Amino acid sequence: MTRILRPDFSTIAGWIAPGARVLDLGCGDGSLFAFLRESRRVTGYGIEIDDAGVLASIGNGINVIQSDLESGLAGFDDQSFDSVILSQTLQAMRHTEEIVLEMLRVGREAIVTFPNFGHWSHRAQVMLGRMPVSVSLPYQWYDTPNVHLCTVADFDAFCAAHGFAVLERVVLHDARRVSWLPNLLGSLAIYRFRRR
Amino acid sequence: MTSLGSVGIVQAQRASFGEALPLSSGAVLPGFELVYETYGTLDERRSNAILVCHALNASHHVAGTYADRADSEGWWDNMVGPGKPVDTDRFFVVGVNNIGSCFGSTGPASINPATGKPWGSDFPIVTVEDWVDAQARLADRLGIERFAAVMGGSLGGMQALSWAIRYPQRIASALVIAAAPNLSAQNIAFNEVARAAILTDPDFHDGHYYARGVKPVRGLRVARMIGHITYISDEQMGEKFGRSLREGLHYSFAPEFEIESYLRYQGEKFSEYFDANTYLRITKALDYFDPAAAAGGSLAKALSAATCPFLVVSFTTDWRFSPARAREIVKALVDNALDVSYAEIVAPHGHDAFLLDTPQYHAVVRKYLELLSP
Repeated sequence: MTRILRPDFSTIAGWIAPGARVLDLGCGDGSLFAFLRESRRVTGYGIEIDDAGVLASIGNGINVIQSDLESGLAGFDDQSFDSVILSQTLQAMRHTEEIVLEMLRVGREAIVTFPNFGHWSHRAQVMLGRMPVSVSLPYQWYDTPNVHLCTVADFDAFCAAHGFAVLERVVLHDARRVSWLPNLLGSLAIYRFRRR
Repeated sequence: MTSLGSVGIVQAQRASFGEALPLSSGAVLPGFELVYETYGTLDERRSNAILVCHALNASHHVAGTYADRADSEGWWDNMVGPGKPVDTDRFFVVGVNNIGSCFGSTGPASINPATGKPWGSDFPIVTVEDWVDAQARLADRLGIERFAAVMGGSLGGMQALSWAIRYPQRIASALVIAAAPNLSAQNIAFNEVARAAILTDPDFHDGHYYARGVKPVRGLRVARMIGHITYISDEQMGEKFGRSLREGLHYSFAPEFEIESYLRYQGEKFSEYFDANTYLRITKALDYFDPAAAAGGSLAKALSAATCPFLVVSFTTDWRFSPARAREIVKALVDNALDVSYAEIVAPHGHDAFLLDTPQYHAVVRKYLELLSP
């Protein structure tokens, strides 16, 4: 079985304690969860709404629960997971604020990854009068699933406004870490945060 | 004719159990018989067995056909067979008829050893737990210490749930399909109307109708008609029948709408092969099923005894056992940190969808079982 490991996987794995109880929201085919299970021996569940994703997750041998994240995490008790992950799904959600609050209700920590709209190439395309299309935003304006795009600076402000303590923030481009001007030079943001 | 993927010609077998079976009600069944069928081959380690539990009107005849009847295909033949989701090339599948049934296992029409006459109404009320205990005896007899999976739809799914609670060491996985952790008031209400139809049939004779050579077929027909309404979604019924008429309005009570004649046909057919005393008992078993009740009302606590991984499946238009009821089961399993996968299948058919072959449904079951390594 070959799996395409997305660049955020290893960063996320580094933030997960061995044996942690993890909930992976929008788990797709289960490859992140399978990666965490192999590298970190985590337990827990993936949540996925799409039929093909559910089937592929079952095929990857992970626990997958078919459910719509937009309706919240009602099936999970408060503080019942060590980490709740939302990997490259935030930008496609309608109830963005609600899901982040739900993540911190159900989990002690939240890990969120999203494409950085502030990347220079996106800014340049907007400057030239077009909606950006890039490796991290590979859609046209008319067929994109993304409805809530944000920048690294936006997400920093979001966390501050909600009183979340950002424990770690890594911004990547081409799978390499960007430390200098991350909101301009980074295309993928990865946050670990909790309630203060 | 044997079609590709069919287990082919099958034969029912019979096992007798001399040892009395204590029942939930406090009554004791003094020995009993179970009829069952098996498909595939039990491996040397006896670890590849899957038990299929039946729902209200089905039996041990899960798959294949009988040699003397071409139209006798088993009730889950689309699910069980060589190369099918429950692959009999890999698994040894056991279908068993529950006690209280009218398809060969000891039930109300069997002879009561104390009187030499049919049990009739004296046959004890049996529960899902009693069925599971009887099934466990059959497993002993077949030399199956641990099932690779116990599975079922509807009432069959309740038996799989019960297996996981009562015999956690004897089951390596549970597939709970189109089931609920208990019946809602509405579910019980439908059952009560069905029972009332039987109990008030003049031919019922307090359940001792066998000796009189009559059957409460009118009550049984109405019971089946009511049940059938709850198996289909409003959407599906509308699509299939709508307001279609057979041949115009006659301003009479003869069946005029297609749905009327369909229900009458279903009721008629059912009353020919099903037994009223069995119907009464199976609906009671449904009503009584409530593992949470024995655990202070907490399903999570009831399932704390379970250890095996679960696959829970529901169907979007099933209003008898809705997805919300399946999610209660999933929640209780998650609360116990048990392995569970849950698929909510988009299907228009209502409760009956568990018997049909919606591609995503069969793909999920197939994939789940493929990963089992007996």
